[in-house]
Order: sequence, then structure tokens, then C-alpha cells
Amino acid sequence: MLTALSIAMDALAYGMALFIICIGLSLTMGLMRVVNLAHGAFAMIGGYIASWAMREHDLGYGFGIALAIAGTVMIAVPLERLLYRRIYDRSELTQLLMTIGLTFCVIGLTNYLFGPSLKTIPLPAALAQPIDLGFRSISGHRLFVIVSGLAVAGGLWFLVARTGFGVHLRAAVENAPMARALGIRTETVYALSFALAIGLSAFGGVVGAEFLPIEPYYALRYMVTFLVVVSVGGAGSIPGALAACLLLGAIDVTGRYLLPDFGNFFFYLAVILVVCAFPRGLMGRAP
Amino acid sequence: MAEAPPPLSAVLGRDLAGLALIAAAGLAGYWLFPDSLAFLTRLISISLLVLSLDLIVGYCGIASLGQGALYGAGAYAAGIACLAGLDDPVLLVLIGAAAGALTGLAMGAVMLRAHGLPQLVLSIAIVQLLHEAANKASSITGGSDGLSGLEPAPLFGVFAFDLWGRSAYLFGLSLLILVFAGLRFVTRSPFGMVCRGLKEDPLRISALGIRAFPVLLRMFAISGAVAGMGGALSAIATQVVGLDSISFEISANALVMLVVGGMGHLHGALIGTVIFMALEHVIAAIDPFHWMTLVGAVLIAIVLFAPRGLSGTLDEAARLLTRRPPEPGR
Repeated sequence: MLTALSIAMDALAYGMALFIICIGLSLTMGLMRVVNLAHGAFAMIGGYIASWAMREHDLGYGFGIALAIAGTVMIAVPLERLLYRRIYDRSELTQLLMTIGLTFCVIGLTNYLFGPSLKTIPLPAALAQPIDLGFRSISGHRLFVIVSGLAVAGGLWFLVARTGFGVHLRAAVENAPMARALGIRTETVYALSFALAIGLSAFGGVVGAEFLPIEPYYALRYMVTFLVVVSVGGAGSIPGALAACLLLGAIDVTGRYLLPDFGNFFFYLAVILVVCAFPRGLMGRAP
Repeated sequence: MAEAPPPLSAVLGRDLAGLALIAAAGLAGYWLFPDSLAFLTRLISISLLVLSLDLIVGYCGIASLGQGALYGAGAYAAGIACLAGLDDPVLLVLIGAAAGALTGLAMGAVMLRAHGLPQLVLSIAIVQLLHEAANKASSITGGSDGLSGLEPAPLFGVFAFDLWGRSAYLFGLSLLILVFAGLRFVTRSPFGMVCRGLKEDPLRISALGIRAFPVLLRMFAISGAVAGMGGALSAIATQVVGLDSISFEISANALVMLVVGGMGHLHGALIGTVIFMALEHVIAAIDPFHWMTLVGAVLIAIVLFAPRGLSGTLDEAARLLTRRPPEPGR
């Protein structure tokens, strides 16, 4: 029973970390129709910046996260202007190839700048110790990840469904020429959404570093996982992404605990079954 | 198509010239690089993989990042058969082709259920699943150690597979030429045209009363056979089969090679493979991370400046120079 509970807690935290990273990818893919395989690379950049700030300059966890998000967005925005803007209405294969190319470049440069070793992100004392929930205790960091995931889900839902910016975004997605004719600056909307997605990925890269350690091959190693999660959830759907992250995170963690020999076997089996049963993902919209 | 197709004799002549060019380049490699025959044989085996991917991506418009599943199926089938005593090299290639075709049928049946991104994700999931299965079923596949000690019999009972890989290379080269000629025929047949049509305009093809699923499934089987032969060739030539033959990495590399060369052209697949593997051979030996940066930069440049790949861009340049009208059926 205790094992089941601790597996469930780990699975929940891992699923939430996946969610924070993947929700940005889900939004770029579902709303902006860009298959951004470099999303993981941006999460990795965030992790590197946080690690650099906290270990080399002794900045606190909060500062590290803020710096990681700001720095990653500052790297991503020029890339959006120079590269992504040219592939918004090209085929999926084209987008795939350019973003894989970008990922390769990031991996090569990261290794050149920071070396091939694993980078840790030190946790503050408050998050490093277990926290008593009454019926059992949970590591503070895991609780922090779970709460952050819920906050991100709620905040995004509010942003897309309830705010003026969300209305502009949905209008630009549905019919860009009409939105432009109504005076919505679609390029700005796209750039802002892209920056938001990248900021979330950087945040996820930092808080998820316990589950997905920061190293140069990070971007390539987890790229497939992120893509799979988004596709299973249905691109563009916040509840879909949440459901997919929790489901696949639970399968992955449980499989690793109980049948470590099988590696990712059950994860990918589940993916095949879900995609065959729901070709548009769990909560995807009709194209 | 507005203009009349070129006369059959001209088409056949160009095909023969193409085959002769491959044979000449292959033999030139044999004479010029006698010490790198193992690498050149690997290049041929990967060429078969990239050709098979071109059938799926370039001719049918299905994006796949899981083509390694078919290549690995051929490699493992040939390796297992060889260890079981079936050691005739031609038979092993046929076994690899059959295993690849069967895997292709299964993969196609699953992948064709979805479209677009979910389809791509299915292809990734399939190759990862088979990778884990091959890792786990160590009693048959040798797990992470792979299969080793394969000893194929001499080719036709005469040409033994020697230490320098001369027989293996010439065997591979002949296989490549045969497969290339066969694929020329397939892609130009009415069946190949329907595949191309399904890529360009599925709605119109279905309006002609043709169902897409059986056609594409057949192409998956052909593609599997070609990739399986490539896998079998690598098993015969290197005498080992490892988990890397059935991985996401090899699938992704194959796609990159195809894009560099230009998809939808059989010769594009060959050009891409040769350029990519030759560069990798030289640069990755110096520093694998520099290699990744370079591949990344090349990919970005191709997408931005030469979206039809090197062969497409070369064709375009040739057309501009000779001022010929575009070729039909391209």
C-alpha cells in the first residue's frame, strides 16, 4: 500500500513536470500549427541557465528560475523572427526538419560551451526536505512541482478562454486574414504565444530537472517523449495534455518501478494503443 | 499533364545510363578505397534503407521516423537464420526482405490508421517498441550484446566473405543495382503513379474509385522488403547484428539523408546517403558534437534555401542551363 502511494506520488509529480514542459509544445502545435521539435532544446537551455546562475553565481532558486525563463525567451524570440516565421505555413515535414536541425545545433553548441557532463540544479533547503501532509510525507520538491503544474494549467486555461489576449489568439488561429482585417496584429500574437510557450518550457526544464537531468543530449533524448505526450493528448488541448501527461507519466513510472527490465516497452505500447483508438489524441479537435 | 511523355526509348536509355553510373561509381570506390570497403558496404546497406524510406515519404507522402524498424527486422531475421544454419547469402537477403515486408505490412496497417502528426508519432512508437522487444528477447536476439559470429557461406559457393570485405562489397553493389532497377520499374508503373497521386491529391484519387489503404499498404510491404534487404546485407557484411540497427537514431538519420538528397527521386536518396555518410565518416571522427552542429546548420539551410533537396536543386539548375521544359512524372 505504501509502495502504491509512493509510486502514485512520483507518477503525479513526474506527470506534472512533463505537463509544464509539454503544454507549451501542445499550444504551438495545436494553435499555431508548428511542429516544434526544438521545444525540448529550449527546456534544456532553461535548465543550463538556471544551473549556471545557481552554481556559479550562488543565486537563489527563485532567481534561477526567473533568469532561466527570461534568458531562454531572449534566445528564442530572435529565432522566432529569423527562422520560425518562415515555416509557419509550410508542411509538417519541413517544420520537423528545420526544428530537428535547430535541436542539433543547440546540442552541439551547448556541449561546446558547457561540456558534456551532467549539470545539477541545487534545491533550496525548504524544498529539499520532506513535508508532512498528515497521512504521509512527500518530498517538498515533488509537492512544488505538482502545485506548479496545477497553477500552470489553471493560468493557461484562464488566459486562453477568459482574456482578451486569448480571444485574439483564437481568432488568429481560426482565420488569420480575417483577424488581421479586424485589426488584430497576428504577428505580435504569434510572437507572444511563442514566447509564452518557450518560457513555460524553460520553467519546466528547471523544475523537472530531478526527473529529466540536464545534459547536452537532453534535447534529443526527451524530444520523442514530449512529441508523443502532446500527440496522445491532442495538440492544442490543455485538459488533453494534462490527461496525457498524467496517464503516460503513471505508466512510465509504474513500469520502471515494477518491471525495470522492460524499459520503455509499456510506454510505447500504450502510445500505440491510444493513438490507434483516438487518432486525434485523447481530446484533440478535428483539423 | 499538358506535354506528351517522352518516348519510351529515351526513358529506358536514361535509366540504363543511371544504372551504369551507379555501377561505375561503385567500382571506382572499389578501386580507389580498398581499405574502406567495410564502410562502403555499410553505405550501400544504408542506401537501401534510405531508398525504402523514399518510397514511403517521397512517393506516398507519409512521414515516418520509424523506418529503422524495417531495416532492423531484416537484419535480425537474417542474423537469426544464419545462426540457425541457413547460411547462403542470397537466401539470407531473401529472408531479410521477407521479414522486412511482413514488418512493413504490420507497420503500415497501424500507421495508416492515423494522419499527420499522430501518424509520425505511431512510427516512432513502433520502432521504439521493437527496439525494447529486441533488447528484452535476449534468448533470440542476444539482447544488448546483439548477435555475433555470423558466418555466411561463400557466395554461389565460390566467393568467400574475406577479411577485407571485397566479396561483401561487390555483392552489396550488385544488390543495390538490382534493387534500384526494380524500384525504377515500380515507381513508374501505374501502381507507383497512384501512390504519387495519393500524395498530391488524395481526394481526386478516391474520386477515381481507388481506395488508398490497400495501395499504400502494398507500398509499405515493398518498402519493407527493400529496407529488410539493407538490414540483411549489413548482417552479412559485418557478421554482427546490434540493437542500433533497429533504433530511432538510424530512422531519423535516414530521413535527414533523404531530405539532403531530395525526396521523391530515387537518385536523390543515393546522393543524400553518399554525402551524409561521407561527411559523417570524416567529421564525426574528429568530434561528434561538431558533427551535430554541422548537420543542424545544413538542415536549416536546406529547409530555407533548397526545399527540394540537393537533387531537386541540381535538376532545377540543369533545367535552367539547358532550358528544357520540366520533365513529366517528376
